[in-house]
Amino acid sequence: MPAVSKGDGMRGLAVFISDIRNCKSKEAEIKRINKELANIRSKFKGDKALDGYSKKKYVCKLLFIFLLGHDIDFGHMEAVNLLSSNKYTEKQIGYLFISVLVNSNSDLIRLINNGIKNDLNSRNPTFMNLALHCIANVGSREMAEAFASDIPRILVAGDTMDSVKQSAALCLLRLNRTSPDLVPMGEWTARVVHLLNDQHLGVVTAATSLITTLAQKSPDDFKTSVALSVARLSRIVTSASIDLQDYTYYFVAAPWLSVKLLRLLQCYPPPEDASLRSRLTECLETILNKAQEPPKSKKVQHSNAKNAVLFEAISLIIHHDSEPTLLVRACNQLGQFLQHRETNLRYLALESMCMLASSEFSHEAVKTHMETVINALKTERDVSVRQRAVDLLYAMCDRSNAKQIVAEMLTYLENADYSIREEIVLKVAILAEKYAVDYTWYVDTILNLIRIAGDYVSEEVWYRVIQIVINRDDVQGYAAKTVFEALQAPACHENLVKVGGYILGEFGNLIAGDSRSSPLVQFNLLHSKFHLCSVPTRALLLSAYIKFINLFPEVKITIQDVLRSDSQLRNADVELQQRAVEYLRLSCIASTDILATVLEEMPPFPERESSILAKLKKKKGRGNLPVIDDTRRNVNGNVEHAEKTEAPNQVSTPSFTDLLNLNSAPGPGGNLLVDVFSDNAALSSTDVCEENFSRFVCKNNGVIFENQLLQIGLKSEYRQNLGRMYVFYGNKTSTQFLSFTSSLSVLDSFSPQLNMHVKTVDPVIEGGAQVQQILNMECVSDFTEAPVLKVQFRYGGMLQNLAVKLPVMLNKFFQPTEMTSQDFFQRWKQLGAPEQEVQKIFKAKLPMDTEVTKAKIIGFGVALLDRVDPNPENFVGAGVIHTKSIQVGCLLRLEPNAQAQMYRLTLRTSRESVSRRLCDLLSEQF
Amino acid sequence: MISSHDSLRLFLAAADNDDKVRVDGEPRAALEADVVRCCLSRKKEQCSFVDHRDVRLVYRQYAALYIVVGVTDTENELSIYELIHNFVEVLDKYFSRVSELDIMFNLERVHVILDEMIQNGHVVETNKSRVLAPLHALTKMADAS
Repeated sequence: MPAVSKGDGMRGLAVFISDIRNCKSKEAEIKRINKELANIRSKFKGDKALDGYSKKKYVCKLLFIFLLGHDIDFGHMEAVNLLSSNKYTEKQIGYLFISVLVNSNSDLIRLINNGIKNDLNSRNPTFMNLALHCIANVGSREMAEAFASDIPRILVAGDTMDSVKQSAALCLLRLNRTSPDLVPMGEWTARVVHLLNDQHLGVVTAATSLITTLAQKSPDDFKTSVALSVARLSRIVTSASIDLQDYTYYFVAAPWLSVKLLRLLQCYPPPEDASLRSRLTECLETILNKAQEPPKSKKVQHSNAKNAVLFEAISLIIHHDSEPTLLVRACNQLGQFLQHRETNLRYLALESMCMLASSEFSHEAVKTHMETVINALKTERDVSVRQRAVDLLYAMCDRSNAKQIVAEMLTYLENADYSIREEIVLKVAILAEKYAVDYTWYVDTILNLIRIAGDYVSEEVWYRVIQIVINRDDVQGYAAKTVFEALQAPACHENLVKVGGYILGEFGNLIAGDSRSSPLVQFNLLHSKFHLCSVPTRALLLSAYIKFINLFPEVKITIQDVLRSDSQLRNADVELQQRAVEYLRLSCIASTDILATVLEEMPPFPERESSILAKLKKKKGRGNLPVIDDTRRNVNGNVEHAEKTEAPNQVSTPSFTDLLNLNSAPGPGGNLLVDVFSDNAALSSTDVCEENFSRFVCKNNGVIFENQLLQIGLKSEYRQNLGRMYVFYGNKTSTQFLSFTSSLSVLDSFSPQLNMHVKTVDPVIEGGAQVQQILNMECVSDFTEAPVLKVQFRYGGMLQNLAVKLPVMLNKFFQPTEMTSQDFFQRWKQLGAPEQEVQKIFKAKLPMDTEVTKAKIIGFGVALLDRVDPNPENFVGAGVIHTKSIQVGCLLRLEPNAQAQMYRLTLRTSRESVSRRLCDLLSEQF
Repeated sequence: MISSHDSLRLFLAAADNDDKVRVDGEPRAALEADVVRCCLSRKKEQCSFVDHRDVRLVYRQYAALYIVVGVTDTENELSIYELIHNFVEVLDKYFSRVSELDIMFNLERVHVILDEMIQNGHVVETNKSRVLAPLHALTKMADAS
């Protein structure tokens, strides 16, 4: 064969290439290229028509420049012209340029199609091949439309040359992928499958690729290919290599074809036909046997080719997952490779074994290699191999070996490459949770993780440990003790502070009995970390502090001092400042009961998929998880993409809400209202606010108003002539309320008697959220009219208007007065003037129940005086109405008549208006 | 194909498509540089397969010349690894003791060879003499004329 001379036939090109190679710098190279581009441009634009040779030369130069990494934006037309040349070399350069540089949307496609059409009809196999390659490479829709009908015909025609058949098969594959609607396979199916029987192995190779792709799309249509591929495979595997001389590669018979056939079989389940199945099993056994035979050549190419087939066979065995003997043999074979001196083999063996681990038949067999894999983790010099070892340990882990594997992974983590640390952390966290029998072990493991690789512990991991501790009360005490101890370390990772803060805030009481971890010690320990932490962690710690106030009243003062300090109350960070202010307020004004309710221990989290698992899945499919490895066999590669698009954000958001928001601020906190207002009588809803109004005569808390959109709850407290009302606006919808305002209507009749001050609220109420408004009031003198609250907001574009009568009544300013029977009757007589007494006789609207009546009278605000009235059936009470100007003493007597179902109510006060108002209010209650 | 001297940086786009080296929308040069860095930074004892973004790179080194193939994870790595060698052997046969310079100065022929062996990212022909048939035919035609 003649040696090919450099730049054969194209001297100009050779010179140019030499010039480029001689360029000393990148700048020089670019300069030379720009000069050449200008030259070519002028030649193409010039008046003189270029001959084929020159065109070829310039197009070839452009191609070279493109391959060097520069963009080319002209010359396409000249390349298309070359297609019509009769000289092979010119035609070939034209096609090459088009294949590489023309994208499928180009305007030139029609011209190119013309050239292709001529060549396809030329009956010159070399030209036909060029044309088919071009279609396969460009694969545009217009090309598909033009040639979709020709190509299958060429492929199956009896007189087509073998090499053309090969090109046609691949060309069809491409068109089928880009425009499947244009290439209906129906009529060709049987004949295409039959190509597997072709005498020529090159044709079979090309056809196998085509059939594999088609079978993935419509497996049923290509079922018959299973039998043919098994037959073909069997002939290749069992034949002496001499038969296939042309396709033998280093003594291995047709390795690439074998791999393809094995892959085609992975589109299908194991064959049902018994003889076919046994023939396939025989093939697979033969392949496994050959691995044990002494090599026919010492060349690495020989063993590589042999092993390529072997690995593909093992893939098929795993895919079928039905022959225990084969699975175990495969596992043993891979086990040998684990110690092979070729890094490539160790890598692939670890990867394949990952999949074997998820089969029930071979899981145990895989486990026997645990020591080797652990050793690989320690000694392997290539990080990608170590990563596979981690994957495999993860896949082979079960209850029996979890402790050892987790321990080994933790040890490895101390020196692991930074690039894979996060993944290892996730894996350890998942295994520890999944196989924990003893949750103290789980807690220890996670804390170790944080200690060893705190920076790589993602939010999900520490969220999860908290979820688990909260949901399992058997581990809470241990967790509190362990984090307490861990926090003693002089330098501990911020993630540990987070976990510590959260857990001590919830369960610090469980270890507070020990004087070494008394409440104050716990608090001081946490607070010593405070200043080193980031804002989110500080916010979490503040929440822990307010929880401490509830858990340990004895440290309340200390914590209040901390909250009160300027660095908290005036913190530049809004979130921190708000928390400090709110928590401080909460701790000052709320009663112990309310505090206990608001700061109750977190309720168990709903069980759901571990957020860590979701994160690991997100991280990258390849070889990480047995679950994903299974889907890998679906070949299309779509699986991974789906994972990627769906995963982001979803994972972290819910856990964040769970862990941080619920305990963040007592004001807007979700369902607190329901807990605080355990008075169920108030919960029945109605739109008539007058009715609800009267319900509040004898009580202070409840729901005053409710419709489909909004719930207004009240909570009020009074002392002497002062009162404060908390109004809670709950958005029952999932959409925002906008322009939300609420104010008191200016009904001037009461304003001189009652001073009220309303704080403004945020104009936006998020869906499902609740905001609180505070009303302060002062009773100046006695009054009759109640204030009306006006609420206005936009919901979905509609303006909503409400007016609710607020239950602020005179009796709210009662202070009960205890007195003896003698005193009572003495006063009673003193208030004997006719204008001082108001009496009402009325029918009972509710069943007459002594206990209910007593409760109502107490709720009304007076002291219920026992054994004062000579008639034990009667109720008497006494109290003082406090207003700013005067105090009004008040006595009342209620005489029920059970027979007649009637009451007589008598009120005596020093002021007639007071007596009348009180009588009106109370008489409505029975 | 990459040379460690960086004087030869050729991306043969024919191995495209299924085993897509080119990531859509990404500047070609950036991807090339990335892949080059990725492969050149690896040591001899490291394995010849490396995950790079969403492709797996299979590479083989011949003196200063690296041949890199990007494959999806459904591909059999060893078979690709040997395919690279087969390709080099074909080049070696055609150019009789191939060198970087042969490849450099005969790009279009190298492309023909690659086109004969791989189309659409699928192996079509592995038999050396059949791969070279069109080129030999070409030489004959040239001789005849």
